[in-house]
Amino acid sequence: LPSLITPLPHFLHTGATRVLMFQRTSTGSRVVVASRTYADFTPQATFDIKKCDLHKLEEGPPLQAVLTREEGLQYYRTMQVMRRMELKADQLYKQKIIRGFCHLYDGQEACAVGIESGINRTDHLITAYRAHGYTLTRGGTVREIMAELTGRRGGIAKGKGGSMHMYAKHFYGGNGIVGAQVPLGAGVALACKYQGKNELCVCLYGDGAANQGQIFETYNMAALWKLPCIFICENNKYGMGTSVERAAASTDYYKRGDFIPGLRVDGMDILCVREATKFAAEHCRSGKGPILMELQTYRYHGHSMSDPGISYRTREEIQEVRSKSDPISLLKDRMISNNMASVEELKEIDVEVRKEIEDAAQFATTDPEPPLEDLCNHIFSNEPPMEVRGTNPWAKLKSIS
Amino acid sequence: RVTGLGLGPSSGNLVVVVVQLELVTVRDALNQAMDEELERDERVFLLGEEVAQYDGAYKVSRGLWKKYGDKRIIDTPISEMGFAGIAVGAAMAGLRPICEFMTFNFSMQAIDQVINSAAKTYYMSAGLQPVPIVFRGPNGASAGVAAQHSQCFAAWYSHCPGLKVLSPWSAEDAKGLLKSAIRDDNPVVVLENELMYGVAFELSDEAQSKDFVIPIGKAKIERPGNHVTLVAHSRMVGFCLDAAAVLAKEGVECEVINLRTIRPLDTDTIEASIMKTNHLISVEGGWPQFGVGAEICARIMEGPAFNYLDAPAIRVTGVDIPMPYAKILEDNSVPQIKDIIFSVKKTLNM
Repeated sequence: LPSLITPLPHFLHTGATRVLMFQRTSTGSRVVVASRTYADFTPQATFDIKKCDLHKLEEGPPLQAVLTREEGLQYYRTMQVMRRMELKADQLYKQKIIRGFCHLYDGQEACAVGIESGINRTDHLITAYRAHGYTLTRGGTVREIMAELTGRRGGIAKGKGGSMHMYAKHFYGGNGIVGAQVPLGAGVALACKYQGKNELCVCLYGDGAANQGQIFETYNMAALWKLPCIFICENNKYGMGTSVERAAASTDYYKRGDFIPGLRVDGMDILCVREATKFAAEHCRSGKGPILMELQTYRYHGHSMSDPGISYRTREEIQEVRSKSDPISLLKDRMISNNMASVEELKEIDVEVRKEIEDAAQFATTDPEPPLEDLCNHIFSNEPPMEVRGTNPWAKLKSIS
Repeated sequence: RVTGLGLGPSSGNLVVVVVQLELVTVRDALNQAMDEELERDERVFLLGEEVAQYDGAYKVSRGLWKKYGDKRIIDTPISEMGFAGIAVGAAMAGLRPICEFMTFNFSMQAIDQVINSAAKTYYMSAGLQPVPIVFRGPNGASAGVAAQHSQCFAAWYSHCPGLKVLSPWSAEDAKGLLKSAIRDDNPVVVLENELMYGVAFELSDEAQSKDFVIPIGKAKIERPGNHVTLVAHSRMVGFCLDAAAVLAKEGVECEVINLRTIRPLDTDTIEASIMKTNHLISVEGGWPQFGVGAEICARIMEGPAFNYLDAPAIRVTGVDIPMPYAKILEDNSVPQIKDIIFSVKKTLNM
């Protein structure tokens, strides 16, 4: 029998409870090789998570997290989509189909997905330029993200913004100037408080940006006015090519808010990120003012596609993180070893994800570029059509809102 | 209030015409504008240094904090980059902030937020994210405040697409333009002038209305004339009118155009005027190089009015130096009325 079996299993979910695994034989008929019921899977489990270092807080997030099978599968899928999307972007960049700046997020998936699972869809979020992951969690589709990277009309910003300038509802980008997004985020939080809707703003920045003066100005005002703002420092240990030790007199980024309470979180563990975010959100919503989270994470790629990422760190270091702390592997191992999902099931998801990314890449490479007529549009909002000067005095171009 | 009397039409009877004119300072006009817009739309709020409890560094926001309270009138710490960014973020999330810079010199600290976060965002997001914000404050030379506090930023801000830049002169300008700016869904920079704050102007009935707005992008002919076109903005409009009064005695009739808006520039009004007068002089307080006047001249060169010029278009500007302190030096660093008169006579070959 083994010689008759070809190595491509597929699944039939019969009714609500039985999972049959089939393989095709060389004669074309299908043979059941395994049978599992959902009753076999653990519906939820409790996991111990790392204790967070605390600053000006009496107590921190819980030391245990409950994960349901549904949640686990959803987190896994989203992180896998994010990972594969970024790797596809890497490919397209090397083929010169994506140009300019491209800052990839692979390695940091637990941060974006963990944060989103700890807040509401109606909350707000702003980040810097390493933004593709957040664009996804905040409602952007892979298709429109990739088409924005390739500069096509189907892009989330119609090709006008590119990698660093993607927007969605309650997601304010995608910001290119290091640190500038932090005051913006506090402003969004001010609007939340002003409008009394019990919403908050998650305001992200990196370890490099953490040394920007405007961030300290923002800490001051956010604390003074008790703005509902979760400041999050994604510490991936390197600001471009400069390690944290070479950039910061204090690398305790969770303490840099001084009078703002802070916590340091394992950013490679999605459950840790989720619980910390829930804790922080509760703090804000109770009117206590801002709070600061440092997520300790890692990026596999260099700072951007122009940076190979190995002149300031060793391949061994990157490999070590990949093998010991990969966020997707950590979740997968937890789920498998607690019988919350099967290896085959997760592989199925991988196959689906690969297909989704391929489709999106296909769209992103075949969708046409924006029409030239769009060049001068979107200068002003809610404005009658106006004329814009072109490259020479006779070039009078049309601009509509 | 001034009540006027007038002689009726040719029937020969004396008819008393009562005209209610309000004499309002530029400061009070700005105050009225903000008060009315705060009342009209609860999303509007004011933030900046000393705007609330101090009543404004130059008293422009006097009484507003008392009326509207802490939520709508916010005193900030001395953190221009921070609070300008906060204002822009609030605008992105649905509010309509008025961000005051104590003077535009300090806006340089925050200029990244004005340009990169405010002006460019609607374009970068292909129309997804509007930024309805007003940046206002005094701009340009004052009296004895020396080099770091006297720069004119009209040229710098007007250089950038995505911004509208206004420069009021009179009380009517101040009120109507600031109201338009607040109602506009886009980033608007309003360049006021500290030396004009205390100057009173007549405010017509129309201008006293709570819905009085002046359209952005339209210049106003303050004084018609046939011999030369003087184009100016802000305080220099007054200087041009004074120069025109002197020149009128010598039979030279100047047409004085008050730009009101620097970006977008009302080229049509300037061109129409040149086609009538055949001579152009632009007058500004700022530095000459790459300034407002330079742009006006370039546009006239490129457009239909060029063929109507009987002499090269010229600029009267501030002297190309950092602003000195001593009074005699400061007075000679900005255009004086005699400089305008001199330039008119040179242009007209008198």
